[in-house]
Amino acid sequence: MSEQRKVPASLAEEVLAEFEKDWRRELRKAVPVKERMKIARRPMPQRAPEARNRDFDEVNQGLTAEEAVLEARRCLDCAKPGCVAGCPVGIDIPTFVKLVEVGDFAAAAAKIRQANSLPAVCGRVCPQETQCEETCLLKKASGVAVAIGNLERFVSDTELAGGGAVVPGTPPPTGRKVAVVGAGPAGLTVAGELARLGHRVTVFEALHDAGGVLVYGIPEFRLPKSILVAEVAYLVRLGVEFRMNFIVGKTATIEDLRADGYEAFFIGSGAGLPNFMKVPGENLVGVYSANEYLTRVNLMRAYDFPRYDTPVFPGRRAAVIGGGNVAMDSVRTAKRLGAEKALIVYRRSRMEMPARIEEVHHAEEEGIEFHFLTVPTRYIGDERGRVKAMECLRMELGEPDASGRRRPVPVPGSEFITEVDLVVVAIGQSPNPLIAQTTPGLAVGKWGTIDVDWATMATSIPGVYAGGDIVRGGATVILAMGDARTAAAAMDKRLRDGGAG
Amino acid sequence: MPRIVRRERLVPNIHLLEVEAPEIARKCRPGQFVIVMPDARGERIPLSIADWDRDRGTVVSVFQAVGTTTRKLALLGAGDALAIFAGPLGLPSEVGPFGTVLCAGGCYGIAAIHPLVRALREAGNRVLVLVDVKADYLLYWRDRLEPLADEFIVSSRDGLYGDTEFVGRRVRDILGREKIDRVAAAGCTYFMSSVAEATRPSGVKTVVSLNPVMVDGTGMCGACRVTVGGRTKFACVDGPDFDGHLVDWAELYARRRSYFDDEVRSLCAWEEERFP
Repeated sequence: MSEQRKVPASLAEEVLAEFEKDWRRELRKAVPVKERMKIARRPMPQRAPEARNRDFDEVNQGLTAEEAVLEARRCLDCAKPGCVAGCPVGIDIPTFVKLVEVGDFAAAAAKIRQANSLPAVCGRVCPQETQCEETCLLKKASGVAVAIGNLERFVSDTELAGGGAVVPGTPPPTGRKVAVVGAGPAGLTVAGELARLGHRVTVFEALHDAGGVLVYGIPEFRLPKSILVAEVAYLVRLGVEFRMNFIVGKTATIEDLRADGYEAFFIGSGAGLPNFMKVPGENLVGVYSANEYLTRVNLMRAYDFPRYDTPVFPGRRAAVIGGGNVAMDSVRTAKRLGAEKALIVYRRSRMEMPARIEEVHHAEEEGIEFHFLTVPTRYIGDERGRVKAMECLRMELGEPDASGRRRPVPVPGSEFITEVDLVVVAIGQSPNPLIAQTTPGLAVGKWGTIDVDWATMATSIPGVYAGGDIVRGGATVILAMGDARTAAAAMDKRLRDGGAG
Repeated sequence: MPRIVRRERLVPNIHLLEVEAPEIARKCRPGQFVIVMPDARGERIPLSIADWDRDRGTVVSVFQAVGTTTRKLALLGAGDALAIFAGPLGLPSEVGPFGTVLCAGGCYGIAAIHPLVRALREAGNRVLVLVDVKADYLLYWRDRLEPLADEFIVSSRDGLYGDTEFVGRRVRDILGREKIDRVAAAGCTYFMSSVAEATRPSGVKTVVSLNPVMVDGTGMCGACRVTVGGRTKFACVDGPDFDGHLVDWAELYARRRSYFDDEVRSLCAWEEERFP
């Protein structure tokens, strides 16, 4: 997922201007680099594994103000900050970190918000270790990067605790109507950016809560819903309108909305079509897609059944197939719902797992078992059609494949059967076809992703833009937000230029 | 939030729900469904669209009160709001000049088949309507369906309509009597599989409107997967209409029963809370 980008000239200039301000110079002088490097990375306070793996309360507890200031002091405030280049949305990271160091948390929050509409979310779910923190100079110098993600979380949590972000003075309304399809990370970002510029934004969401994958996919113990509710409330204060339970492509098409006066569109409908392995027995009762399993638990709150009406199988022996963040979320959820054994079954080795390191550590601490180089070949059901066991095959690593990772190859005759009563298939998703099916002229790629011009995120239809998983197939929250920023800038330009082109 | 304009009991346990939903009313076509959730703690369930009024902007569904969600719906009335009434979902039923079409509906499916009957008739087909009820007093919407049908047939197990057999026998009789070009069935899984089995020997194309467990209804979760012709399909986006001769009925029965114990628990918990 690591993607070193070129910092746009305007951002580089802004970062440099802040770097050269007097207070920054003085701060750099006040504490010598040697002193800064003596401070160890401040650990994220966490709830004990044996307590947290029984409930859905948040695992990470957040830094205290003292610890955050100390962590910020570790930052060397280097002249050519790699962190900025590693951030898909282009946050001026050194400036916000230094504002934390001097204790001006409100200014730090405002600085982040210039580039990121969902900082409390990103502070929790971004893969910082492959982005901003990977390119941190301190990491090169000492091996341990500044905890930028933890600081981002601290700053935005402090802001939320103080009543949330102050709505900036918005320019006079432009009177131009913008439709955003999908209230996920990409859609919320576009909505925030364009509302701030004075456009009239309506977000159309198919489900009944805003957030997309942040609300149906990522569990409460990693991203509490209250955080998302607060971020959405901020957008409402900015003037964004939300139409829930509205399925663009079904309830109304893009063309219908155009007839209703919408002039620009952003499609951020996500990767909403779960993949299965197409092995025998995959439709047995008790075999879920990760999307269904997590949606039942998170969005529908099946963990609180029967107070909430939606049920989910608790599972005594749960196997989750896959090695990404969604697999980690699923397996840790199964553990919390009472599984005695909760296993990850992954076809490659630990080295190749795409999940964030922190999630893997947390899962291990919580008693999750990892079965590497293993792939299910069929599921076996009982007389009622419920899964009772699965047959697996051992793999070994062969030559590198297109992704650069060594390709797993089956070990002949290594089949074995293991007892399971809950299986969650978390091997990725395909783009949801609803909009492409109902929008004539929308160019779509081989895998169903919407084709875009990456410089503007414009699709083949004038005025229609897209970003996030619907163009990438399956990526991260922050990459979706980066797309959204690009699209918002292009959409604003188009609306101001009078709608042509 | 979508407001209910009308909720009435048609016959014991079967209710009609008419909801203000102008966008859905404008868009919906025969064979499509809505996702409904009665309140914030509710479950999302699919309900077939039974009728609509584009001018008034309302959509009608008919449901059987069986589980917590439908029991909750059955207690609502005009003016009440629903947490969710979203759609229209699924692909519309195929409507064409087929010739003679037999439309079979059982239980809530008597209403669910209604828009298709109307559309097939408008498309110039000869339409036979077969409704199946357990007993005479459970028959509803005869007044709506009979005028649309070239022939209206009731199969009932109380003998009042000349028979005590389940629907399959009636279907076989009709197939033996005249040339049928196509059969469409909507109702419970047992009803639809019985119709499909009855037509299988003759090979008459039989389209069934499946109603598996769903969560989002937009293709996102895969709860509704069914095996059709050996391939996994999502009923919400690939259906709900499928070739009844290709559906893996045994799998569908098992998947429909997935949460049977939980449904009972949920209902008991709700009854204790609602009627202490």
